[in-house]
Amino acid sequence: MKPFPYLRPKTVAEAIGMAADDPGARYIAGGTNLIDLMKRGIASPTKLIDINHLPLKKIEHRYDRLRIGALALNSDVAIHKAVVTRQPLLAQALLAGASGQLRNMATIGGNLLQRTRCSYFYDLALPCNKRKPGTGCGAEGGINRTHAIFFAGNGFGGIEKSSCLAVHPSDMCVALTAVDTVVVVNGRDGERRIQMKDFLRLSTQQPELDTNLGPGELVTAIEVLDNAFAKHSHYLKVRDRASYAFALVSVAAALQMDGGRIWDARMALGGVAHKPWRYWAIDLMLRGQVPSEKLFREVAEHEMESAKATEQNAFKIKLTSNAIVAALKTAAGIS
Amino acid sequence: MKRQTLENPSDTSLSRVDGAVKVTGRATYSAEYAVPELVHAVLVTSTIAKGSITTIESREAEAVPGVLAVISHLNAITVPGWPPKKQPAERMPVGTAFRVFYDPLIYFDGQPVAMVVAGTREQAVHAASLVRVTYQKETHQTHFEKNIHQSGIAQNVQRSKNSPFQDYERGDAGALANADVKIEAEYTIPTQHHQPLEPHAIIAIWEAEDKLTVYDKNQGVKSAQGQLAQAFKVPRENVQVVATYIGGAFGSGIRVWPHTMAAVMAAKQLKRPVKLVLGREQMFTSVGYRPYNKQKISIGAGKDGRLAGIIHEGTGQTSMYEEHLERTVLASRALYASPHVATRYRLLPLDVGTPTWMRGPGDATGTFALESAMDELAYALKMDPLEFRLKNYAESDPERNLPWSAKSLRECYELGAEKIGWKNRLREPRSVKRNGMLLGYGMASSLYGFHRHPSKARAVMHADGSVTVQSATMDIGPGTGTAMMRIVSKVLGLNAKKIRFELGHSALPDAPGQNGSSTIPSVGSAVHAACEALKGKLIGLAREMPRGTGQEWSGVVRNGQVLGSGDDKEGISYADILKHHHLNELEVTEESKSGAERDQYSMYSFGCHFVEVEVDPLTCEVRVTRVVTCADVGAIINYKTARSQSIGGIVGGIGMALMEHSAMDHRFGRYVTTDFAGYHIPVNADVPPIEVYYIDKPDMQANPIGSKGLGEIAIVGVAGAIANAVFHATGKRVRELPITPEKLI
Repeated sequence: MKPFPYLRPKTVAEAIGMAADDPGARYIAGGTNLIDLMKRGIASPTKLIDINHLPLKKIEHRYDRLRIGALALNSDVAIHKAVVTRQPLLAQALLAGASGQLRNMATIGGNLLQRTRCSYFYDLALPCNKRKPGTGCGAEGGINRTHAIFFAGNGFGGIEKSSCLAVHPSDMCVALTAVDTVVVVNGRDGERRIQMKDFLRLSTQQPELDTNLGPGELVTAIEVLDNAFAKHSHYLKVRDRASYAFALVSVAAALQMDGGRIWDARMALGGVAHKPWRYWAIDLMLRGQVPSEKLFREVAEHEMESAKATEQNAFKIKLTSNAIVAALKTAAGIS
Repeated sequence: MKRQTLENPSDTSLSRVDGAVKVTGRATYSAEYAVPELVHAVLVTSTIAKGSITTIESREAEAVPGVLAVISHLNAITVPGWPPKKQPAERMPVGTAFRVFYDPLIYFDGQPVAMVVAGTREQAVHAASLVRVTYQKETHQTHFEKNIHQSGIAQNVQRSKNSPFQDYERGDAGALANADVKIEAEYTIPTQHHQPLEPHAIIAIWEAEDKLTVYDKNQGVKSAQGQLAQAFKVPRENVQVVATYIGGAFGSGIRVWPHTMAAVMAAKQLKRPVKLVLGREQMFTSVGYRPYNKQKISIGAGKDGRLAGIIHEGTGQTSMYEEHLERTVLASRALYASPHVATRYRLLPLDVGTPTWMRGPGDATGTFALESAMDELAYALKMDPLEFRLKNYAESDPERNLPWSAKSLRECYELGAEKIGWKNRLREPRSVKRNGMLLGYGMASSLYGFHRHPSKARAVMHADGSVTVQSATMDIGPGTGTAMMRIVSKVLGLNAKKIRFELGHSALPDAPGQNGSSTIPSVGSAVHAACEALKGKLIGLAREMPRGTGQEWSGVVRNGQVLGSGDDKEGISYADILKHHHLNELEVTEESKSGAERDQYSMYSFGCHFVEVEVDPLTCEVRVTRVVTCADVGAIINYKTARSQSIGGIVGGIGMALMEHSAMDHRFGRYVTTDFAGYHIPVNADVPPIEVYYIDKPDMQANPIGSKGLGEIAIVGVAGAIANAVFHATGKRVRELPITPEKLI
């Protein structure tokens, strides 16, 4: 890899200062993705700012929300009592991700910022609009079995031509997209709070950008707002092997139930789009209903009407539909 | 090697003798030798599949601090064993091993085109990223399916009348056409890569102008020694190849690959020791692979379940410059008593690197098709798949018309069936659910030909009564040294603590490389012979020693002693024998090889696998939940390491059946699944309890230790058994590996 200066700030302000005026500077925490990117020549930071010494590890529940420091480790968050009891969907999603070794290194902030595992993105010899805008999407017309089936739109089914077929690799982000989450970031102009749904981007324009993070901005925490889904939520991940594989499709399903009926519902899908795909209409479709496989099938197929397959991933439409049914059944507790 | 202790007193087998060294990181692998003055080489590889290099711009790379050279065809040394270069360059004729940095021609994507050598690996990696290569591209053909019409009989098969890969036919072809029930189906296995966790690596050191030492990851130090000596035109004994520890290979280390040559060339050119470690992505284009292949089987039987005929056709991928042949269709000739069998084997040359043998080469591939087809036919006959196989049990080799040297496959079937509970399964596919999952059972047979190569072993008895046994054999993972110690222990009546076994060095007595399940049959026999000879000498020396009235030394050894005969069993220790004769040590070297039995018997290892799978009815994920494997490989030398080898083969079979697939983007002729996120191999969570059973009956026709090969049959048949179980669970027959959710949804 290319030589680079390596810095170790002690405070958030110091870190932000180091990144200022250097668009090539990168923060590093667990490094579980960035190091790979650097080894393959995809990321070549002009400066590496190691933020592991910043005081951003705290996990706490305050008032109406769970606040998780950006440097909290995936493995610590997944078993933290407040997370397990209040946001079990998040705990499940974290444990579905990567491997034990990686979760022990990977941080929450890094998880938010991990980049796609699309093979074309990883190979400098192949075209990729995300890595090198304007070179074309290698996956289009290529090996795209694992690629996107949902594209830009307002969430209600619009499909636009995408310049990148890559999918977002995170499990955690799927769970965070399903429920109300705020990403707290710090930059030269102070703190900014971004809704999770606005934090990651779709790929219609500028697929080289994964997030709406500004230059030099540092993620300091996430806040997951309290909700009533703890009893009826499920994270289902469908993958090519039993562990340590990115999702072919994943479903974060969260229901609020009372008296045998559903009163609130949230859902996000992973492995199907450039960012976790929020199923916005699900609340309208399930509210007041008695759970049944038939109902869930209708709900699943409704959303899949706006999906669009490429050459090799038509199966993902049926698979996603099935996964939605399976996840909702588990969340609702019906067999 | 480290000494070792018994774990469980009831299990007399030895624990892996180097286990502790390996798991505590004290074993030295090829890339880990501390060599003074060492420099680091990193390959630059082609990004096109066919054409030629027009320019190599290396100035920027050369300017990186620490860089010593950028080597390519433009400036590489001449390898004396290679023919003189032609101007202009001409494409290699079929049958030529690829020559690295020889000329500007590109034969496959990922081919080494340049190499940066620098003081540190980091410098070399960075500089390698700065080498700019331009090409004159030519249209490449890498797409197997689109080019299959171009396949043909290999040239070297055409030239060799006795080649096993010639078209074969026995019996009456009409039998199949008139069979009561007939199946015809096509099976596809995509390219799969060995991907051992330890990447291939070499340290090359020219000790003098004509003296070379290499620490190289390979599966045969002697063949590597020979090939390097030939290439560099130096006496064989001037080349030493060391490969003491190997972190898995599965066939990827059988040849001397271009990266090894490149490192040796660089070391010669720079007069410095050179280390080269392949990156994971380079492991997909540098050390071979299981070739993409397509098979067609027509198989028919009478209503009574007796086979009428099998036609098995197979086509495998190879490179444009070498013909890689595999036993793909050969199992169909020998496995069942089918009166009519025809096999045809074809090769399809493409603009790809040459494939190589990967665990169970040909047979793992061929039995996926054959054992799937047998299962399909059994269901079509409404017959139990196991019963169907028993009905067509070959009592003698139907191909060679010879008796088997030994065959206990029937006992394997019976034992396996009992252990998995085969008779309790409902025959109807998709008929059983467990915890919401579709449950299925499948089975398949396994066989692998017996290979025994001439081998030597040296046994040296030391003054303290301990023994060192040496042979240039290898341990790519099965626990060779441990098994050999067991043979030594048995013949010499010595505790394992008194035995040392040395391997993996070309200075040791001749032995074949570790491949084709041949190590125990070949080297084990040599070790046995050497120890028998040593024992004979010790007994002879004992008999020359004075003894009490009327007493004689027996021919029996135990606990490091030659025992007395008659009632007086008190023995004399080996140490005392040597001491009495004023010997510091006692050495014998023996060679062992097969004899006339090869023509009198047909010799195979046999086995079968029973598999239980669960398939999620909605997500269509397949998980193997239980495996029972039973093997007939003659005598089991060391149960514990044998069992471990069987487990490893099953795990490989799970990968082959459910996940391994090297996907190529044919627009570029380039693999895109070049890391472990893209190329899946089983992780712990994919591996269920695996029960391993052996018949453990010595096959004394095969060799003096009565033991046949185990490494390959551990995986042969596994993919078929899993596919059959998936059919039983889901009612869907998947004929194209790997069995991923899209094939079931």
